[in-house]
Parts: sequence; C-alpha cells; structure tokens
Amino acid sequence: MEYSEKVMDHFANPRNVGVIEDANAVGEVGNAKCGDIMKMYMKINDEGIIEEIKFKTFGCGAAVATSSMATELVKGKTIEEALKLTNKAVAEALDGLPPVKMHCSVLAEEAIQAALTDYYTRKGLNPADYIKK
Amino acid sequence: MERVVYSDNAATTPISKNVYNAMLPYLTSGYGNPSSLYTLGREEKKAMDQAREAVAHSLNCEPNEIIFTSGGSEADNLAIKGLFFSGKLPKNKRHIITSTIEHHAVLYTCEFMERIGYDVTYVNVDEQGHLKLDELEAAINENTALVTIMAANNEIGTIQDLKAISDICHKHGVLFHTDAVQAMGHMRIDVKELGIDMLSMSGHKLRGPKGTGALYCRKGIVLEPLIHGGGQERGKRSGTENVAGIVGLGEAVRYADENLESSMAYVTRLRDRLIEGVLKIPYTQLTGDPVNRLPGTASFVIECIEGESLVLRLDLAGIAVSTGSACSTGSLDPSHVLMAIGLPHEIAHGSLRVTLGEQNTEEDVDYLIEKITYVVKTLRDMSPVWDEKISGQPMLKLFDK
Repeated sequence: MEYSEKVMDHFANPRNVGVIEDANAVGEVGNAKCGDIMKMYMKINDEGIIEEIKFKTFGCGAAVATSSMATELVKGKTIEEALKLTNKAVAEALDGLPPVKMHCSVLAEEAIQAALTDYYTRKGLNPADYIKK
Repeated sequence: MERVVYSDNAATTPISKNVYNAMLPYLTSGYGNPSSLYTLGREEKKAMDQAREAVAHSLNCEPNEIIFTSGGSEADNLAIKGLFFSGKLPKNKRHIITSTIEHHAVLYTCEFMERIGYDVTYVNVDEQGHLKLDELEAAINENTALVTIMAANNEIGTIQDLKAISDICHKHGVLFHTDAVQAMGHMRIDVKELGIDMLSMSGHKLRGPKGTGALYCRKGIVLEPLIHGGGQERGKRSGTENVAGIVGLGEAVRYADENLESSMAYVTRLRDRLIEGVLKIPYTQLTGDPVNRLPGTASFVIECIEGESLVLRLDLAGIAVSTGSACSTGSLDPSHVLMAIGLPHEIAHGSLRVTLGEQNTEEDVDYLIEKITYVVKTLRDMSPVWDEKISGQPMLKLFDK
C-alpha cells in the first residue's frame, strides 16, 4: 500500500488543524473502535459562507490527509457548495487513495455534512430539508 | 533527515558482514550443483554440510534432522501438512491444536487443514500472551496428533514455557512443533532439553539472508514433502539447493550461537532503556510479558493515537518501526494477537512495536524515545479522542457509539 505524495504532504503538514471555540457548526463522525474519528468545526457567516474551518482527527495517515484536504476544499465556499463535496472529489484532490483507504474519504465527506447538519439544527431548522443524503 | 534508526528487527534484520563474506564465494566461483559428482559441486555440498552442522549444533540435534527450506513459512507448512499428508499416522489422528496468537504461516495453514476436513482447536492465551496450559491439556483428545505453538511471539515478544507445553504433549503421546522464527538466535533453544519434536526457523530474522530457513524434524517422524522432485534434503524438500543462502543461514546461526549470551545481555539492556523511556509517556502500557520476553522486543499500546499515523510520522524522522493497528492490517480489526490478549479495539489501534538488534546503540534508543514522545504529543494534539480524555469526559461514551 502506497500513499501519493499529496496524501503524504497533507498527512505530514495537515492544514486547518485545531478547534474553533465559537464555531456555529460542529460535526463528529467515525468511532474509536474502527480507528477513525473526525471532528470538524466551522464558522459560517450570515451569507452562508464557511469563513473558517478546523478539524481534529484520530486515525491513520489517510484519515488525517482526507480531513485536511476536505477542509481546504470547502473553506471559503458556500454551504450549498460544501454539501456537494463528494468523497471521490476528496480522494481525487489527493491524487487517489489506496482502495482499503477509500472509507477515510467517505468519513471526510460525512464529517462536513455532520457539521452542516449541526448548523441547521442550531438555527432551529430541519437539516433534512437542506441535506439530501 | 537527521538520522536513520532501523528498529524493526522482528520484521527482518540486516545481513551481517560475516554472513555476507561467507556467502560471497557461492554467488561467484562456487556455483556448482551440490548433487554433482565432480569437484565443483562437492565443495558446495561440503559448505552446506557445515551449515547443517552449525544449525544442528545450535539446537542440539543431529545434522540429518535438519531440512533446509525457503524460509520460516515453508518450514511451518512442511511440519503441519507434511505430518498429516505422510499417511503414516493412525486414521483417527486428525486433530491439531494451536494458539490464537500464532503467525499466519501457522494460523492459515491450520485453517487450510480445517477446510480439507481436519479438526483444529485454537487455545487461548492470557493477557500477557502465555498459552493457557490447562486449556491446552483439556483440548487434547484421542484424535490429537500435533500441537503447534510458537516459541516467542512476533508482536509482543512473550516467550512460551516450551518445556511445560512439551511435557503436556508427550504425556498424551502428541507431537510438539514450535515456530521459533522469532526466537532462534535470540534465546537458547535445546530441542532435547525442551522436548521439541519439530521446530521452524528463518534465516533473515537473525542477520542471515531472506529466502532461507530450516525445519528441525526429530528422527522417526515421517513427513511427506511439499515439493517433490530431485530428492534433495533426503527427499524431504526437492529443488536444487540455495547454496549461498544455506551457507549464509549457517553462518548466521553459528555467529548467533557463539555470541548469544553477550548479545542477549546487550540488546536486553537497550530494550529496557527504551521501555523505561517510552513508558514515561502518559497513558502508555507495555504489552506482553514484562520479563519473559524476547531480548529486543519492546511493544506498547499508546492511548488516543492510531498506530499507522505514528509509524508514518516516525518514518519521516528516519525511524523504522511497526504497528498492529487495523490500518496496518488492511482490515477493520487490529492484529489478532492484540485482540487475543484482550485489548479493546480502541486501545489496540495505538500499538507500537520496536524491535532492537545488536547493531542498535544507546544513542539510537535515546533518539527513539525522543521522537516517539514528540510524535505521540503531536498526534494527540490533533486527536479529538485525546481532548475528551484529558477533559475528563468518560471515554466509554465515545467508544459506545
């Protein structure tokens, strides 16, 4: 199993690691039993643009790299754009992932969606009206 | 890169200078076929005989009880399949007993035997990785022909009580095979004293070449070969011999045997220094038996981090080590050994194995401690699990999801 240079770069120098204390969207996916947990924090402004995004991840090299790449891909984007992010897009942006690691990119997509679900819930809206699975 | 520290000696070891020198003539001028009648060939035969004597001397057996193979895996396969395929066992003898922490060379061979109609019992180990002897004895029945238990574990380093195991086997008239791939050259093994009937070993785990190994098979035990052909190795393993490899294996065993006590003492000292240093990291435990373990093997579980990330980050610092995390096994489960000693999944994901050899130094160990400590801190700083751990929230909440 070999990681692309991009995966190794995002693993060794992950972008947007950390916590946003006053985040208005927080999502966590995965579980420790399977060895991956991703937690995403976002600050979304009134225009619905993801102004800030941070993550914390417990997991393998691919889990860290996909978290990092996913945050880069949605940073500065609108909620609608972020909701369109697919796991495939994350994997492609990293120049591919080994087949056994594709589930990490799925987690990254789900982490973004979980944070946005939280965003709508906090606003008193039904996330299901906005997020189509 | 500041420094390179190879500390994965349970995976493989660098060929030593003396092994290289011993092999070289047989990769150049000494190319004869040992089965030939003429001079070129007789020399090769003689060199192989010397290697056989070195292995036999180390194990305290006869040279003609040694069968050279392509490695430890082949030796394990030959011992197990060869015994049952020999046609010499009484018809009812179709039961094998092994443990839950064997190397896959034994485990998957046993699973294969099950698929073709044999019965296998997998005996459990305690939390330090010791075979449960009462379970072993209880598992033996009138159909049991073979017990196969590894001498020392490749992941956690625990050494089994081979004498106690062989006593139980022989009390019930059952043969005892041991996979000594990790143990050979790292601890004293006397097959007579320990009552071992068959033993597998590998060359590259003790600074010999890859693709070499041997099976000790006590006189009187009949094996069907896995490879039929020209009748080499007294008919037990056909195929023109890997002369250079066998010579290298013999030299590696001879050297290990001669220097065993001093090298064990040296490597144990390094290992204990490493263990002491790494255990200073909070929420870190040693796995395996703290005392009866292989001299070079230090194995840990470090909470709130994942093993593959740890190994990859250490690699960036020039350090070669291993993990048994799920992400390294290519499945969702951490290694079967870590599961068998009762570690919860979430803890086993943070496993780290450092295996030192006589080529490592105290400076290497200090560098390892420094980098492991640093990388663990870096990974924990980005781990949501660690945040929860240090904020005092109960871990179980997270793990029950």
